[in-house]
Amino acid sequence: MRTIKWSRVAINLTVIALIVVWTVPTIGLFITSFRGKQAISNSGWWTVFTNPQGAFTLDNYEKVLFGGDGLATAFLNTLAVTVPAVVIPILIAAFAAYGFAWMQFPGRRVLFITVVALLVVPLQIALIPVLKAYLAIDLNGTFLAVWLAHAGFGLALATYLLYNYISQLPKDIIESAALDGASHFTTFRRLILPLSMPALASFAIFQFLWVWNDLLVATTFLGTDQDVAVMTSRLVSMTGSRGQDWQLLTAGAFVSMIVPVMVFLALQRYFVKGLLAGSVKG
Amino acid sequence: MQRKLAMLVGVAALVAACGGGATTAPGAGGTPAAGGDLSGTKVTVGGAFVDVEATNFEAAIKPFEDATGVDVVYNGDKSFEQQLNVQVQAGNPPDVALLPQPGGMKNYASQGKLFPLPDDIVASIDANYGPGWKEVGTAADGKVYGVFHRVNLKAQVFYPKVAFEAKGYTAPTTWDELKTLEAKMVADGTPPWCIGIESGAATGWPVTDWVEEIMLRTVGADGYDTWVSGATPFTDASVKNAFQIMMDIFGNKDYVYGGPQYIVQTNFGEAPKAAFDDPLKCWLTNQGNFITAFFPDPTQADLDNQVGVFTLPAIDSAIGTPAEVGGDQAVAFADRPEIWAFLKYLTTPEAGVSWQKAGGALFPYKSQDLANYSSALDKAFAQSLVDASFVRFDGSDAMPAAVGSGTFWTESVKLINGQQDIDKTLTNIAASWPK
Amino acid sequence: MERADAVATPPPRGIAQVLATGAGRVLVSIFVPVVAFVILWAGFLFLKDSGAPRIVIVLVAIVWGIGGVAMLYVVANSLTEKLPLTWQGRILPFVFVGPALAILAFYLLIPAVLTAWASLFDANGQEFVGLDNYVYSFTNPEMVTAIRNNVLWLVFGTVFSTGMGLAMAVLVERSRLDRLAKTLIFLPMAISFVGASVIWRFVYSYQPEGQPQVGLLNAILGAFGLGPVSWLTGEPLNTILLIVILIWGQTGFAMVIIGAALKGVPDEMLEAGRIDGATEWQIFRRLIVPSIWPTIVTVATTIAILTLKIYDIVTAMTGGNFNTQVIATLMWKQAFTFFDAGRGAALAIILLIAVTPVIWYNLRQFRGRAI
Repeated sequence: MRTIKWSRVAINLTVIALIVVWTVPTIGLFITSFRGKQAISNSGWWTVFTNPQGAFTLDNYEKVLFGGDGLATAFLNTLAVTVPAVVIPILIAAFAAYGFAWMQFPGRRVLFITVVALLVVPLQIALIPVLKAYLAIDLNGTFLAVWLAHAGFGLALATYLLYNYISQLPKDIIESAALDGASHFTTFRRLILPLSMPALASFAIFQFLWVWNDLLVATTFLGTDQDVAVMTSRLVSMTGSRGQDWQLLTAGAFVSMIVPVMVFLALQRYFVKGLLAGSVKG
Repeated sequence: MQRKLAMLVGVAALVAACGGGATTAPGAGGTPAAGGDLSGTKVTVGGAFVDVEATNFEAAIKPFEDATGVDVVYNGDKSFEQQLNVQVQAGNPPDVALLPQPGGMKNYASQGKLFPLPDDIVASIDANYGPGWKEVGTAADGKVYGVFHRVNLKAQVFYPKVAFEAKGYTAPTTWDELKTLEAKMVADGTPPWCIGIESGAATGWPVTDWVEEIMLRTVGADGYDTWVSGATPFTDASVKNAFQIMMDIFGNKDYVYGGPQYIVQTNFGEAPKAAFDDPLKCWLTNQGNFITAFFPDPTQADLDNQVGVFTLPAIDSAIGTPAEVGGDQAVAFADRPEIWAFLKYLTTPEAGVSWQKAGGALFPYKSQDLANYSSALDKAFAQSLVDASFVRFDGSDAMPAAVGSGTFWTESVKLINGQQDIDKTLTNIAASWPK
Repeated sequence: MERADAVATPPPRGIAQVLATGAGRVLVSIFVPVVAFVILWAGFLFLKDSGAPRIVIVLVAIVWGIGGVAMLYVVANSLTEKLPLTWQGRILPFVFVGPALAILAFYLLIPAVLTAWASLFDANGQEFVGLDNYVYSFTNPEMVTAIRNNVLWLVFGTVFSTGMGLAMAVLVERSRLDRLAKTLIFLPMAISFVGASVIWRFVYSYQPEGQPQVGLLNAILGAFGLGPVSWLTGEPLNTILLIVILIWGQTGFAMVIIGAALKGVPDEMLEAGRIDGATEWQIFRRLIVPSIWPTIVTVATTIAILTLKIYDIVTAMTGGNFNTQVIATLMWKQAFTFFDAGRGAALAIILLIAVTPVIWYNLRQFRGRAI
């Protein structure tokens, strides 16, 4: 009994140590975001514990959120870019995954392998050709341009993940629906979508984090104009031409982090269930 | 299914009827009116400066907007040069771009992306600028493409005036005197130089300024020109000599605050602050005149009393101290009357007035009113610019991009970081010069 | 029974009934797509040029974007269902799969092919140079360093993230703090690379000796009386330290996924092992690991692909200087600093080829399934 108790204590202690090590860097950022510029360059953030006078300030957040080039507009833009850029690829991928899994058509196998093979393509390759095409049809700088781009870059993974899940759904349910006269579309809408929720939610989180935190795609297709730029773009321009305004950057980074973190916290259950569904039985 | 479809149709019809109204876009496009009236037109300008500098630029061009009704929209982006290349390749560059590098201008001109300046603008340049500025805006085909607006003067050494004089130091006028001053400072316990060369994707550019300034002072105007054009390769003894003189300072950890490791990871705008700390950590900053905008706020509020400056001394008294300058040139990616009107405005001294007063900017116009400069410092810079015996443009900016914003920067960083010696550095840079 | 009722007592003729006639059907078939298209177009123009307050634009954008796509599928589907059955069977799959294929072709396939083609030409895309760009890539000393670095990223990044994730999953499962641990250790994955670079600056920052240290590592060294170290300028330690940032972000991912898989391991099997006298370590190695092996492979390959494509962390922390460059950063440099389209393309293709074996291995794991 004694050995078990000790090892339990040891385990808990180790876990606590791990948690501490993992969260300390982020705590450092959080504390720094409340410090003034001078304080940041002259002393480490941990000194606020030993020396808590005066350095605490809300100025950084104020400037970052409400200042002339504040993040309020950028926040709305990020929202406008992210929500459709998450839902659209999921929708398209779900249709495609169902098609590959449960419909018969010539070339099904070859096409599916091509889709998965496209996972290897780094997105930097696509930037210039796509930009040129967008300009030819005057699409650049619009939200649609970015949504489609994110859809394009995320579809391979989405289709792959959703296929893994949808192909594992119980065959009998689907067959009996067909017997009852349901069309593929109805089956998809009434049966597959609800049943695939874990996988859909899981990919949604992945895609949400990826799009929200993306810098490259938004900068290239939407631009850095203050009224359309997303938060990551604004953050990068925010370091200012006066060298590095670290105090603004820390507050800005924190602000941009809050939403993804909250989304993740709210939905982490689905994340795991969905991803795993393809690789573990039952 | 039928019923649902019908409902869908009904709703759709309703929405289409009401939704059509929101499509008229206010002021869309930019169709120029007939005749000379340009009001309602738009010119987009792209550049690399943001924040305060962007605000000052917009204030400087406002008189033009008010007088003509043209809407000039400036978009600043720190990674402007890279973005611009993407935009040009994809076919949607801004109407006007403020290019810091003649090398970039020559690239775009040779690709046929730029429109040459009409004769009346070239005549305006001849009338308003001193010698040299037109040449820097000219491409290989002999046509003039660039208009210079805000410029900067390099090889200015700044120091904290009060403490400097309290220690009994005096500004050196020759290179030997500089070396003596350095030795004295070291003996007194503080490193002489504050240097930082980090700058994101452009890390390394301040080193190239140092090397160019030394080259100007050791090989003179002609030697400099053949080096910049590529006729004298980087592996030449004269270039090696310049690098050596630079490394005598950069590589010596007693002479620079923090030593080489600190230099390579400290931002160029942060490094000078150490000279105004209390206690100060180093004395001298060799930079362009624009660096005053990066000094600590209390220092900037009282520039003339807090900051002293001397020009980087001559190395060879026969050559003296030439003025090394840099600046953004405005080039046109499209051919429209409002664009030319804007560029013509930029060639006139009016375009600089409000910025002169705001401080932190220098203009090359021969007939500018020096009294507009807000500080004695700025006035002095402008004076030496206008009076300079010979003027040479920042070399790395004039070299081909692969070198000037490529290997010249990255190989120098490696040199200072101790990853390789001078010979290897020069060989690598020379090898990257486009054939 | 609905059908019987409908036949017995004909309901009053409303709009729906009129439209249900043959002529009505044709009209609807044309009318609906046209109207749908008009709505979409109106929305598009509104979003593009409107001066309405930002929040209105944003809401319209979201509704229009999502609704638009959904509507397109509905319309396409209902149109297809009007067709005779054999045609339906042929076309419907492509209604489902077509959009995905079209988008992928446009955004990934065609650019990849174009890039492969461009890699055979010179800097301006004019002269055919065959494999010269590839030869240059592999002999250029910067590139050799980049390859070395990517190998470091691949090996250290994948092994440590997955290994530590595995170890921590096993550990945490036995602790009362498992939910807290999983949440907090997974959290860094939600942070953008820009945010992470700011965070880790305050860990690796270097100030000259004698000055107060702002970076955590140097402060710890200082507490032990050791001088500050410039972490990010010395190779290859700097690359390793950058990899630490990746491990910080990905271990949580590995831990959570593997942890969930662990829950699926049947307890009886483990108990049987214990009864047979096996030590915990043997149980771990011989029973647990093999049964969750597919999950471990999935996690490892996902992280491996990420390490091969790594770009943001390197650019944000060192700009690729001090010999920390990787293939992706070199590719960007060639294409946008040196304006060499051919070499940039060659590097992109090399990257693509490097990632392929990993994907192929990952695919093999799932071969058993219904492809």
